[in-house]
Amino acid sequence: MNPTVEGLKATFGDAIGRAGVARDGLSVVVVRADRLRDVLRWLKDTPGQAYTYLVDITAVEYRDRERPLELVYQLRAMGRKTDLRVKVELDPQGELAVDSVTPLWAGANWLEREVYDMFGVVFAGHPDLRRILMWETYAEGYPLRKDFPLRGRFSRAEQVHQALNTNPEANYSLEELSIAEAYDGLPADMRERLRRGERGRVPESE
Amino acid sequence: MKHVIETKEVAGSPNFHLTRFEKLVDWAVNQSRANSLWPMPFGTACCAIEFMATAASRYDLARFGMERQAFSPRQADVLICAGRLPFKLAPVIRRIYDQMPQPKWVISMGACASTGGIFDNYAMVQGIDTIVPVDVYVPGCPPRPEGLLYGILLLHKKIKGESLFDAVRRRDEQPLDEHGLRLSPAEIDEISEPFGNSVHQFRSA
Repeated sequence: MNPTVEGLKATFGDAIGRAGVARDGLSVVVVRADRLRDVLRWLKDTPGQAYTYLVDITAVEYRDRERPLELVYQLRAMGRKTDLRVKVELDPQGELAVDSVTPLWAGANWLEREVYDMFGVVFAGHPDLRRILMWETYAEGYPLRKDFPLRGRFSRAEQVHQALNTNPEANYSLEELSIAEAYDGLPADMRERLRRGERGRVPESE
Repeated sequence: MKHVIETKEVAGSPNFHLTRFEKLVDWAVNQSRANSLWPMPFGTACCAIEFMATAASRYDLARFGMERQAFSPRQADVLICAGRLPFKLAPVIRRIYDQMPQPKWVISMGACASTGGIFDNYAMVQGIDTIVPVDVYVPGCPPRPEGLLYGILLLHKKIKGESLFDAVRRRDEQPLDEHGLRLSPAEIDEISEPFGNSVHQFRSA
């Protein structure tokens, strides 16, 4: 067992649920959803812990309907070569919502978008929560949920129809298109759509 | 040259010379088209690796007049879709196809491009013929370079049977209909129906 788990229990008390060692030898600790960001911030910023690298965010829904949907945060302390897996349990029948960790790791942006796209988990405080794999107007639901049919909800003809009537350029943010400086010259409907997303800010130099 | 010389019409009939002339033009045009096809590679998966092998020195696509890979649809004659096509790419390949000037042909390379292959799921187009008209289907997963070359030779054969004057054998632009579809919904559903093992498969497990 990773000694970090004891530190978590001492610091956060009952916000830390069960902990164990997975088959691959990594320590897994379950955290209450409302304390997730505090726990991850502690793990990242506490000098002795220093889990500075967020490897991946993903989710697991089990076929057993009794089991909760698990949100998985895979962390790594680069300096100590130590891994930790933090899980959050959500009720798949209820509202899937959790705090975004983009304030801690900018790289969580796309990882959380992928989880939102595939599972429908809403990350509160995410700067640009849009679909990332499926197109923005995709209306069939969240493909990796267990109640999602393998071939999708619509007929093939309807899927082809919707796909052919999609505007491919409409799925990119300004930053992805590198046209932030051309924003004022864009058509009004495109400006409106992009206003919801990020504006492609250039980080201030030190 | 043989079929140009052989005559079935009666010499002396008023249309005789005109018919000869049309055949001569068709022959010349089709030879030129077939022997200088510029491919537009649309490689999305492992089939594209085989396509690259076909284009490289060992199999040498240049032997068949495909020396120049056209990476702009504006200068391409044949669209080679090598690999699976997700729904997200469907408008892209349709636009590339629409941007190609006539005459244009499409080769569907591999099981996934032709039928969806093993990817009978929510994200994948079940055969690119629901999106663009296809001239030659090359089976295989992925097809070997010989398979693609055979498909290209079949396309040559098809091109040589076309005509500028005969409306049945002429190539016309095939735009999307008023609903934004190439085929009727019933045809798309029929083409996309599960077959083989995937008939029994409904969930991902």
